[in-house]
Amino acid sequence: MLLVPCPNCGPRNSADLRYGGESHARPDPATATPQQWRGYLYLRDNPAGWLWETWYCRSGCRRWFTLERNTATNEFRNPPIPGDKRGGKA
Amino acid sequence: MTGIGRRLRRRPPKYSAAALAWRGMRGDYWPRIWRDTELKSSYDAVVIGGGVHGLATAYYLARNHGITNVAVVDKAYLGSGASGRNTAIVRANYLTPEGVAFYDRSLQLYNSMALDLNINVMMSERGHLTLAHNDSSLRTMNWRAEVNKLQGVNSCVIGPDEIKKIAPALDTSSHPRYPILGALYHPPGGVVRHDAVVWGYARAADYMGVEMHQKTEVLDILCEGGDGPDGKGPGGKVVGVRTNRGDISTPVVVNCTAGWAGLISAMAGVRLPITTHPLQAAVTEPVKVFLPTVVVSGSLHVYISQTDRGELVFGAAVDAVATYSIRGSLEFTEELAGHVLELMPGISRMRLLRQWSGLCDMTPDYSPVMGFTPVDGFLVDVGWGTYGFKAAPVSGEQMAEAVATGRTPKLIAPFALSRFDSGELVGEKGAASVGH
Repeated sequence: MLLVPCPNCGPRNSADLRYGGESHARPDPATATPQQWRGYLYLRDNPAGWLWETWYCRSGCRRWFTLERNTATNEFRNPPIPGDKRGGKA
Repeated sequence: MTGIGRRLRRRPPKYSAAALAWRGMRGDYWPRIWRDTELKSSYDAVVIGGGVHGLATAYYLARNHGITNVAVVDKAYLGSGASGRNTAIVRANYLTPEGVAFYDRSLQLYNSMALDLNINVMMSERGHLTLAHNDSSLRTMNWRAEVNKLQGVNSCVIGPDEIKKIAPALDTSSHPRYPILGALYHPPGGVVRHDAVVWGYARAADYMGVEMHQKTEVLDILCEGGDGPDGKGPGGKVVGVRTNRGDISTPVVVNCTAGWAGLISAMAGVRLPITTHPLQAAVTEPVKVFLPTVVVSGSLHVYISQTDRGELVFGAAVDAVATYSIRGSLEFTEELAGHVLELMPGISRMRLLRQWSGLCDMTPDYSPVMGFTPVDGFLVDVGWGTYGFKAAPVSGEQMAEAVATGRTPKLIAPFALSRFDSGELVGEKGAASVGH
């Protein structure tokens, strides 16, 4: 079980949220090459360490937000404060 | 050291009833089944990952292609990862024609493995039931059965009455929340002792001259000529491997590291379409044998088999959150117990003995990534997710052929890394406990 620090609802069990995976800037669909676009769709860094990722608080505030998690130890850091637009999805 | 030196000049003792009796009477020792040797400074090929995929690759390199100057390196011990943590199920009843052809070959190799490797892998061809709980999964079962039959794989769809005859413990009534409407019955499916497979490949490869190096962690992959820093990345080529026991020069590196595949590939400057998720499994206390087949339910995300000791082995789907941590969770146990009791209410008093988890390297299309990469000499056999064990023999055979010939064998061509550039994904919805 993970306690995910939702910016609006506080610490929540990860089962209450949907995991959105690695957070990457989306290339501009108008100018991106097919290779860049497929890289954005499929390729992942998958590090064993700190990773920016997106979560969706599906049974709470129903908002997407980004935060940093250590994938080796499952610690969290840098949760956004309410209203923060960091990551482009919040 | 003298003991090891003496053993090097001998054939490994044959495993047989006569040898057992003879050594038992003489009080003889059984020599270690693979050598511990010094790490050399140069090899023809280095396989990273001493699991069943890596060892199979090394074994077939030596046996089929005569390439024996090979090192298998692992940061822990052989079979310490998913090879010793999976639920040991083998089957070939997949959905895509590519998948069926591939896993059918694997099943054939498993069937002849005990003879090939002279080790008892306890292959138990006990049949495999994939349950359908709604119309759409029943339709997929029919689809899978037809694809299988067309390729000569024994599969058929059966109804609740026949299921009850095969596995009486299953609740086939209309009472459960998800009643059993039918099943895909696959008689050649079964279970194999996974540790014996690891040891068998290691022993056979060792006999042919392949070196197994345990506790040898790869720190970096040395490249030159690539686009990225230190000559890594597309367009470059592999020249060696840096380990905690020293540098090795080699023209070929095969990445067979499952959950850690992304980290190893990053050392060569190759990005993979892979995320690492833990998969949890559990085992109950042993009871008399009552479950004769392997039972799988995609909708309930559970697969069940009974070991020869009588324990029930349960596996589930991967955890939703990508992580390298293999801590278990209470949610898993609760959900698993609920789903198992939905299928077999009669075992509600049985106790779980233990739970564990292993790392799975998941791809977006539930198919592996095999073969060559944009870095010359760096091959991958990764993305095996929840279905790596059942594919190990054929993967090793095909990867060895790719290394030896420098060409992608036909059987693994659909699984190339380049499919993510061209968009030709292989959607394998017959993968382990994937709901569809």
